[in-house]
Amino acid sequence: MSTTNYIGKPTSRVEGPAKVTGAAKYAAEYNVPDLAYGYVVSSPIAKGKITKIHADEVRAIPGVLQVFSHENVPSLAWFDRSYKDDVAPGGSPFRPLQGAEVKYSQQPVAVVIAETFELARYAASLLRIDYDVAPHDTDLETKRDDGFEPGRGKTGWVPPPKPRGNPNEALKNAVHKVEGEYIHLTQHHNPMEMFASTVEWLGDKKLKIYDKTQGAFNSQQYVTKVFGLSKDDAQVISKYTGGGFGSGLRPQYQLFMAVLASLELKRSVRVSLTRQQMFSFGHRPHTLQYVELGTNADGTLAALHHHALHETSQFEDYTENVVNWSGMLYQCDNVKLTYQLAKLDVYTPQDMRAPGAATGSFALEIAMDEMAYAAGLDPLEFRLRNYAERDQNADKPFSSKKLRECYHEGAAKFGWDKRNPEPRSMRDGNMLVGWGMGGGVWDASIQKCAAKVTLTADGHLNVLSGANDIGTGTYTIITQIAAETLGLPLEAVTFTLGDTTLPEAPLQGGSWTAASVGNAVKETCDKLGEKLLKLAQKMAGSPLKDASYEDVQFVNGQIRLNADPTQAVVIRDVLPASGEKELTVENTMMPNPASQLTHSLHAHNAVFAEVKVDPELGTVHVTRVVNAVAAGRILNPKTARSQVLGSVVWGISMAMMEETVMDHGFGRYMNHNLSEYHVPVCADIHDIEVIFVEEEDDKVNPLGIKGLGEVGLLGVAAAIANAVYHATGKRIRNLPVSIDKLL
Amino acid sequence: MNSFTYTRATAVDAAVREKSADDGVKFIAGGTNLLDLMKENIERPTRLVDINTLPLTTIDSTPEGGLRLGALATNADTAWHPEVEKRYPLLSQAILAGASPQLRNMATDGGNLFQRTRCYYFYDLATPCNKREPGSGCSAIGGYNRIHAILGTSESCIATHPSDMCVALAALNATVRVTGKNGERTVQFADFHRLPEDQPQFDNTLAPDEIVTAIDLPNEDFSQNFSYLKLRDRTSYAFALVSVAAALQLEGNTIKEARLALGGVAHKPWRDSAAENLLKGQPATEETFRRAAAAVLQDAKGYGHNTFKIELAKRAIVRALKQAAEGTQHATEAFKNSNP
Ligand SMILES: Cc1cc2nc3c(=O)[nH]c(=O)nc-3n(C[C@H](O)[C@H](O)[C@H](O)COP(=O)(O)OP(=O)(O)OC[C@H]3O[C@@H](n4cnc5c(N)ncnc54)[C@H](O)[C@@H]3O)c2cc1C
Ligand code: SF4
Repeated sequence: MSTTNYIGKPTSRVEGPAKVTGAAKYAAEYNVPDLAYGYVVSSPIAKGKITKIHADEVRAIPGVLQVFSHENVPSLAWFDRSYKDDVAPGGSPFRPLQGAEVKYSQQPVAVVIAETFELARYAASLLRIDYDVAPHDTDLETKRDDGFEPGRGKTGWVPPPKPRGNPNEALKNAVHKVEGEYIHLTQHHNPMEMFASTVEWLGDKKLKIYDKTQGAFNSQQYVTKVFGLSKDDAQVISKYTGGGFGSGLRPQYQLFMAVLASLELKRSVRVSLTRQQMFSFGHRPHTLQYVELGTNADGTLAALHHHALHETSQFEDYTENVVNWSGMLYQCDNVKLTYQLAKLDVYTPQDMRAPGAATGSFALEIAMDEMAYAAGLDPLEFRLRNYAERDQNADKPFSSKKLRECYHEGAAKFGWDKRNPEPRSMRDGNMLVGWGMGGGVWDASIQKCAAKVTLTADGHLNVLSGANDIGTGTYTIITQIAAETLGLPLEAVTFTLGDTTLPEAPLQGGSWTAASVGNAVKETCDKLGEKLLKLAQKMAGSPLKDASYEDVQFVNGQIRLNADPTQAVVIRDVLPASGEKELTVENTMMPNPASQLTHSLHAHNAVFAEVKVDPELGTVHVTRVVNAVAAGRILNPKTARSQVLGSVVWGISMAMMEETVMDHGFGRYMNHNLSEYHVPVCADIHDIEVIFVEEEDDKVNPLGIKGLGEVGLLGVAAAIANAVYHATGKRIRNLPVSIDKLL
Repeated sequence: MNSFTYTRATAVDAAVREKSADDGVKFIAGGTNLLDLMKENIERPTRLVDINTLPLTTIDSTPEGGLRLGALATNADTAWHPEVEKRYPLLSQAILAGASPQLRNMATDGGNLFQRTRCYYFYDLATPCNKREPGSGCSAIGGYNRIHAILGTSESCIATHPSDMCVALAALNATVRVTGKNGERTVQFADFHRLPEDQPQFDNTLAPDEIVTAIDLPNEDFSQNFSYLKLRDRTSYAFALVSVAAALQLEGNTIKEARLALGGVAHKPWRDSAAENLLKGQPATEETFRRAAAAVLQDAKGYGHNTFKIELAKRAIVRALKQAAEGTQHATEAFKNSNP
């Protein structure tokens, strides 16, 4: 029996002890010497011009070091491209403190730097700023007819495919038809950790930057381009991230401010945002969707039309894939998918967990439920009848697709066959019981990634890659992969990440980290293994002399012959015998373009939800959720399960609570705190069951991983809304399903 | 946050003297509301007088056979006090429906009375608010007012008083003991908080330098038929959209005595004696409860986002009275049992 088989085994987080003992440090926790503190001043108006900043009054306060605003910021990079980060959408990125123009409410307009945080905050509260107010428009409802098709998107955005078949004609001729409008307001990421940057001034314009980000290299790139620094002079470190959910994919403005202040004052500076300011940047956009479905007499989909319109800022065209999934999830020959943006006086939206797909699947999967009722079919049976065996958008086969198994295993676990389809037919005492389902599809992506591994003479393996772990379990799964590849115990492997002096890794997003960093580390470890084998073959009396790399296995601290595992060399003995102090391989993994060209690479899920509704009061409890996921190989069922549990909680939150509400009179979000922006508490969460169906995939990438950060969220909100319909007979197409909508 | 000085009070009358001598003084008890407001720059005291040193933490019987809650007894100690649990379980329920265990460990009974509204605009210095800045206007009227009042509103302010505990205290006919420059006085609970009228900056009727020393609960028995029903946007740790404290004394199925107060609907805990009178002498039936509910809400006014509260409050009243009459608890209890 091998004890160094770790891949696929439930493994506790290797960084767990550091986190629970407080040894794990976050960006705002590096207490470097002689630190100054910044506090950001945010605009109270949504649009207009700053006419005067009465900064001198504040500068006069003892202990205040400086007030930075557009009035005194030195000239910085000129071209837009310098401000573009890895995932910047088309347009001109917002430049903090550069220009008197106010483009959105809560725009940062100044930063006060002082000897203490408390003083900075106090001084900021005294800063008087005069504005010329201009009329603003923040209401997407007024832009229903003003949408435009974006010509330029951001990385990863795919314009909707051209219509296929004849959707209009097919809709006209369909036997059953449904149509509906689906709406959700803006939602904000609100990771637990607030954005913060601690910039350590090392003298002579050399900085060490501790940043809250989902990509240290992205932050570094931004800082070097905007401030004209060399990479050597702007090391970015991000060892732990207290949640990101996409909010850390773009450098946030506190990074700009902390670097600016540090360079100008020649001093170490920290700038952290407040919870209220966590509502002052990217968000899931307010989106209006329209879905129209038609079926034939046998319940097969005859036509599908999905349209989405969402907000973006005046300065950038944020794009996400909202409608494309609808052309891929079900077999349908007549499909029209359309997608538009509308410009408002708000900040640019930003990727938020399963961007686009969480939005699109909410609408499509409610519409599918409506259609199932219209066609007199069980919602599960209806989906099975329209199962897509091929990706019709791309006209390619799937590299693997076990969605059918998700449906079957999920339904069995849930007890779906006991469902009485009639709305209001099921009860538990006085409570109405409802069962609903949904699901979705998400990209299995992979990005170029570099890694470096070093085996030391004492048998310890150091694995280095500048990736980020945003709480997803990256530290752990990479340790597992490296340990298993080289047959070492977990304790003999240390994975170091989150530092721009390490080999470059992609941003932590898009659910591609496990695949990208995992395959890079696997490939690099294999290369090291080959070198190690060569050295082992040179050892006196080596039983491996004639073996190729394929002939041996790295297991239990040994290199063994496959043919006769008793013939082995102990790994710890190899380097001492060879006289080498250590063995190092650095390598960049390039994704295999062939499988991307020939196959459609996607993960899928199916969600079943139970709600109990008080018929008079309209209170809803989501009592049970089963989420069955097909996402290729599961590296660590424990951290994987946590990802999907978190997705389900998020889905409950999206379905039942989350909305950032704008007062359009002020053009300002009014519930910008966690007291009034509700997310679930423990009492809102009940039974959640996670199922990983087996899905082997040798095409998607060598390790067969599809990523798990996002797929689990798909269809959860729809499943709950569908369950609410089943319980009450009320169709809610407007999230969240709050108490007022059920009275 | 402004700079401020900090001292500890040595005696009740000394604390009152300190406060009357200086407008910038604020008492601090648990600090769970005051410190938040200071960080948001809404309250700007120049001096904090810490009253936690005063001997007002006990819960004792009164000579009349009621119970006296010291102003500095914590919400947690009050809710779990054996006498409160036994004789005034409605109060225990209401307290436990609020905030979180950590907050209730810090929050005091006196401080709870003074907690300020949760109106979004009151909390955001970027927007006008008559309560924060008299004369600047009310942004909630015509703005986003989902959590706002439907009863007793004025053109100046539609904020609610957010407390749960105070709704039970109103229903239980509590009395507040107050000490000021001129010595001690008592205030009926119904007269403690006020409606906004044209002076929403004042939440209550106390003089600025008065201190609450205790809350007295009368010697009345509502320990059998009561219910505190709180409806909100999540199951815990959220303020009430609507809450109802209902307490009955029954003779057979006839209502002998009734108490009914609402939270989350007005600038003060909303006790309705007229509705209570409609209940008295009537059979404890849904029909009776509906009539009372309609009476409570007959003058209610919605402002858009909060209009749903009118119907919600009616249904909540009927449910709470039903639960009180049946001697069953909050609706979610039944649900909890079915899902261990
Ligand atoms: C996150 C959060 C959630 C909450 N949820 C709820 C909820 O669901 N339901 C609910 O009812 N409450 C809730 N609360 C409010 C909480 O109950 C109050 O903050 C608490 O009761 C205030 O008591 P305190 O002793 O901390 O008051 P402090 O903050 O110390 O004081 C508040 C005010 O009262 C004055 N004061 C205090 N004691 C006296 C006295 N004896 N005499 C005169 N003046 C005095 C102070 O000067 C100050 O102005 C919540 C609070 C928070 C922060
Ligand atoms: S309702 Fe009252 S507290 Fe709210 S904005 Fe209006 S005046 Fe201010």
